[in-house]
Amino acid sequence: MLFTIGDRAEAKKLTGAGIIIKALQAEGVDTVFGIPGGSVLPLYHELAVSNIRHILTRHEQGAAHAAEGYARASGKPGVCIATSGPGATNLVTGITNAYMDSIPLVALTGQVSVEMIGHDSFQEADITGITLPVTKANYLVKNVHDLAATIHEAFYIATTGRPGPVLIDIPKDLTTQRAVFRYPPKLHLPGYRSKVSPHALQVTQAAAAIAAAARPLLFIGGGVITSGAHEEVRQLAEGQDIPVVMSMMGKGGFPETSPLFVGMVGMHGTAAANYAMCETDLIIGVGVRFDDRVTGKIEAFAPQAKIIHIDIDAAEIGKVVTAHIPIVSDARQGLAALLEKLSGKGEHPAWRQQIRRWQEENPLHYERCGLKPQYVLEELYNLTKGQALIATDVGQHQMWAVHYYPLERPRAFFSSCGLGTMGFGVPAAMGAAIARPEETVVVITGDGSFQMNIQELATISHYQLPVKIILMNNGYLGMVRQWQEFFFDRRYAYSEMLGNPDFVKVAEAYRIPGRLVMTSEEVVPALTEALATPGPFLLDVKIDREENVFPMVPPGGTLNKMVTGGRGA
Amino acid sequence: MKRTLSVLVENRPGVLTRVAGLFSRRGYNIDSLAVGRTENPSISRMTIVVDGDEQIIEQVGKQLNKLIDVIKISDITDDPYVGRELILIKVNAEPAVRGEIMQIVDIFRARIVDIARNSLIIEATGDADKIDAIENSLRPFGIREVVRTGKIAMLRGAKTRGMEASGNDTGE
Ligand SMILES: Cc1ncc(C[n+]2csc(CCOP(=O)(O)OP(=O)(O)O)c2C)c(N)n1
Repeated sequence: MLFTIGDRAEAKKLTGAGIIIKALQAEGVDTVFGIPGGSVLPLYHELAVSNIRHILTRHEQGAAHAAEGYARASGKPGVCIATSGPGATNLVTGITNAYMDSIPLVALTGQVSVEMIGHDSFQEADITGITLPVTKANYLVKNVHDLAATIHEAFYIATTGRPGPVLIDIPKDLTTQRAVFRYPPKLHLPGYRSKVSPHALQVTQAAAAIAAAARPLLFIGGGVITSGAHEEVRQLAEGQDIPVVMSMMGKGGFPETSPLFVGMVGMHGTAAANYAMCETDLIIGVGVRFDDRVTGKIEAFAPQAKIIHIDIDAAEIGKVVTAHIPIVSDARQGLAALLEKLSGKGEHPAWRQQIRRWQEENPLHYERCGLKPQYVLEELYNLTKGQALIATDVGQHQMWAVHYYPLERPRAFFSSCGLGTMGFGVPAAMGAAIARPEETVVVITGDGSFQMNIQELATISHYQLPVKIILMNNGYLGMVRQWQEFFFDRRYAYSEMLGNPDFVKVAEAYRIPGRLVMTSEEVVPALTEALATPGPFLLDVKIDREENVFPMVPPGGTLNKMVTGGRGA
Repeated sequence: MKRTLSVLVENRPGVLTRVAGLFSRRGYNIDSLAVGRTENPSISRMTIVVDGDEQIIEQVGKQLNKLIDVIKISDITDDPYVGRELILIKVNAEPAVRGEIMQIVDIFRARIVDIARNSLIIEATGDADKIDAIENSLRPFGIREVVRTGKIAMLRGAKTRGMEASGNDTGE
């Protein structure tokens, strides 16, 4: 058959769905997480025959968290897909979580056809309106010719500058209309600045402040992980003899086994880290946002300290604390510039000794009786030689995991830090396991958090992901119970998890092997079995029910006034 | 402290929501906000009057700058600029008092734009002080309704001033 010229032009056109696939491929996407539905069926039709791997989760929230886990573990943007209406709204918690922790995520949502928008049509939700405050940018595409460029722009915005989630809402009719696939080499973003270089004068001032400080302290956050500044942090700390504290997001940004490492600061920070924060005369904050969980009462935060603040987001500098020397820059670039300016080695023996004394006087401590979560984590550390990827949920177990599983490398710890989302751990671990199949992934969770996305056991089982679930089962919403114990007269209002299932049987129902752990003697054999068994495994660990997290700075308190539970910190 | 910000934004759907949402979400006080397109139809200008201390104003600027659609922000408060508001006032006006009202209208160089049996609509433009003054002068007659635009502002001369360097990212 002969083609006319018109036919040939027509033949070069793709459907909107085809364009989306091509654009995702152009962005290097190899894996997406999602659940199909009416308005994304044309997209799924094409997805099924593409080389992009689609992981079917059991809830869209699971898809968003899994995409985030994938992004954190791989350093690439995570992608999730949901249908219009309920599918899209189920993504909202996951998107918000990524927003709070600055994780690059692209969410594609189906939308009702263009002419149906605004009529409260079946499965219509104004998802761009809903996600406006929790996305770095979002789009409702209304013309098939804009699809490719919008996807290009979305990935660019999600991954550059301070990363974050971007949502693209795509009406169903666009995915069946045809257009030529054209990927614009250049973007036109007159209001966006992703690249900022450190200001030379400020770097010089920072170097001088470091040279002059008697009690300097490096305070690292998630920006160190995002920008890959691990090595620069180490050089600065070791070269200038500066102790290091971290926010939870900074975990893995500096080897926790180093003698210069002091611990996490803040509400559940170590005593030494919190005292150091109170006594330091120079904070070098890198890629960290001085969150209220970290600073405690602002007026009493680091009273003697000058603050150098390196952050890619200018709006973070001066938002919570006044920075004396602001450096708006990518953490890695900022540190590299600083290292260049610093000549000679620093020495702070007296300061180091003071910190060592605090550490010796207030070690992390728990009673060696019964079945303690801290002991489980210590043994997990021994058996995995500290090399597991750790995902956590939210609660007491999260804090124990931070303290009792020291890390040496970045991109090995995945936790919901800014939003504190229960239900994050299991799907995030799934995403991490898919991104890094050669690693052992362990989820530390609680019986409350676990049940918030327990259905993802099906996903883990189906894809045989090597995710080891350690359920710290205290039969309580433990962290809530702890607050009630300390601040609400021990009235445990609705924090007891009555009606919990037999979790080993639940796992079994999903064809995941499991084991109940009742005594501390069983811990090592159970962990050994879990780690040695290929694929997923669940340990239901019946920990001491009223074990608490120490130290603790009461909410709104100052960092050096910690509750230690009378047993040291 | 009231500051007047002149903000250039891309003329895209949702920009106004984004800006207004940013103010409400972060707890900043907008005194007034006026938007319209510029000489370039793909770009709009917002004039935002915001109330807050230095730290708040700095945050407002930085947070606005983060919005992808915001091209440039200028705090023009301390620069010579022309600022205008428009007001429409519907005032009670029995025939017996119309003369008096017309005198007031003359003094403020305002205009009567509608006449009904017992009321008039008066239009006035000017800075906030003048607008307040005319409103106060008419109050004794009985004001039925008032509509005010927010303030719009333009720097005098050829000058423009940025709070922060504006961006231009091409994605390369
Ligand atoms: C989605 C969600 N709902 C409620 C909370 C409030 N919250 C914080 S910690 C916590 C208890 C967590 O219990 P569990 O997962 O069993 O962990 P544990 O503290 O016992 O280790 C709750 C309810 C939250 N963080 N996230």
